[in-house]
Amino acid sequence: MDATMQTLQAPLIQLLGPAWLPIWTLVKIIAIVAPLMIALAYLTYAERKVIGYMQVRIGPNRVGPIGLLQPIADGLKLLMKEIIIPSGANKGLFILGPVLVLAPALAAWAVFPFTEHLVLANINAGLLYVMAITSMGVYGVVIAGWASNSKFAFLGAMRSSAQIVSYEIAMGFALVGVLMCAQSLNLVDIVKAQSGGFWHWYWLPLFPLFIVYLIAGVAELNRAPFDVAEGESEIVAGFHVEYSGMSFAVFFLAEYANMILVAGLTSLMFLGGWLSPFPFLPDGFFWFAAKISFVLFLFLWFRATFPRYRYDQIMRLGWKVFIPVTLTWIVVVGAAMQTRYGYLFH
Amino acid sequence: MEFKSLVFYVFSTILLVASLRVITARNPVHSALALVLAFFTAAGIWLLLEAEFLAITLVLVYIGAVMVLFLFVVMMLDINLIELRRGFWSYLPAGLLVAGLMVLEMVMVLGGANLGLSEPAPLPADYSNTKAIGRLLYTAYVYPFELAAVLLLVAMVAAIALTHRKRLDVKHLSPAEQVKVKKSDRLFMVNIKPQKPDAPKEDEA
Repeated sequence: MDATMQTLQAPLIQLLGPAWLPIWTLVKIIAIVAPLMIALAYLTYAERKVIGYMQVRIGPNRVGPIGLLQPIADGLKLLMKEIIIPSGANKGLFILGPVLVLAPALAAWAVFPFTEHLVLANINAGLLYVMAITSMGVYGVVIAGWASNSKFAFLGAMRSSAQIVSYEIAMGFALVGVLMCAQSLNLVDIVKAQSGGFWHWYWLPLFPLFIVYLIAGVAELNRAPFDVAEGESEIVAGFHVEYSGMSFAVFFLAEYANMILVAGLTSLMFLGGWLSPFPFLPDGFFWFAAKISFVLFLFLWFRATFPRYRYDQIMRLGWKVFIPVTLTWIVVVGAAMQTRYGYLFH
Repeated sequence: MEFKSLVFYVFSTILLVASLRVITARNPVHSALALVLAFFTAAGIWLLLEAEFLAITLVLVYIGAVMVLFLFVVMMLDINLIELRRGFWSYLPAGLLVAGLMVLEMVMVLGGANLGLSEPAPLPADYSNTKAIGRLLYTAYVYPFELAAVLLLVAMVAAIALTHRKRLDVKHLSPAEQVKVKKSDRLFMVNIKPQKPDAPKEDEA
């Protein structure tokens, strides 16, 4: 495969000369971002359909066959709307806010292994990189809330940043368990360490961490039942209440890109990434896509099922339940690795 | 000029401008955001030095956690800037002293070649920064490391002990007690005998 790629690239390298490297890198970035954009457009459609059927409705069904063109119609509508900047807003930061939300959500995909060889940057500290980049998403929310010069937006930003900072700790500890088992920060190595079928994936030995990661992931995404940052009934729409048109759509894109990212990370860390659940079936990207879709379906299911948490309940769950659970399990894993049962955690 | 040097100069320029903005910006929120940019650029320069673990940790800890809390506090404060700027120049001698010390330190580090300090040997390709730091921390420096950890814990406990006060006028929910509640604690069944059948109402149709 590599050899054929090289023979294909050779004439292009000659043609473009020194411009080859930046162009080739751009092509690779587009090859990741373009399918991602289509996926998240149809994730919004899936969300409306799934929740529709769960609530005994039909969901969007007017634009195109069974409503399949609905996300494109929505996108066009948002593109054509006017972007209103409030007169009291801090203009530069107001525009920068949505950009800073979307940029980390896309940048984190750089180290994402889709299969064993299909990865843009296979770096040693991949897991750390993902954690560092995703932790920057909160700035967009805070800046947007502050620059809007609106009390509702500000309250939403405050709630969101407090929530994200609290749940990041539990998420980080859950990943510490994974890297103890895999003995590597490299995402490809972490998946390879889980090979051997369904019962060898890390969801089983790290079950408490898996559950904590999944729930903390929903909280990090500011999604129902942890969506107090938006809280339609109390603070209208939270941090993006002053945004309109495409600047609002960017927040929306970022939220769904982050959803796919967290679902992808959960699949990589705990559900064996591209590995097939049965040893006799071949591995491949198909399994990875299926696992991501499953976790995404769980997110939609949560939203249709659970009522919103109260703010103090969210904080209690994060600090008093999740952090002790993860700390305990890290000690359990560390201690068990020193005994003859250590093989369970490899 | 090598590409690496070009990247270095671009990053250093951004870093210097951002650091200057931290102390010159009139709005404290802008200062905090400039500090975030400065940290991020510094992490970029560390990446050029192949210190990827330190660089990513800088982003994770300082940008991802510390500065968020900073921004959180700064945004909520209603600071009177003119009041703060009064007597600004009286700090000049102290500032000059610190600046002079820093220049001296930098000369000693950067002018190492002139003072007889040899350049470090290039590292092999499979060298992992993370593993090397971990190995050193948990072998040669394990006692200082644990001591630092205990110190941080003590500081944390002390901060909580100093600021925490037991408020009696707050109504608390105890989730543990809520969960323990049984049906028999809250619900009792009453057996009511059927009454006389009502006379048919007039509006019933």
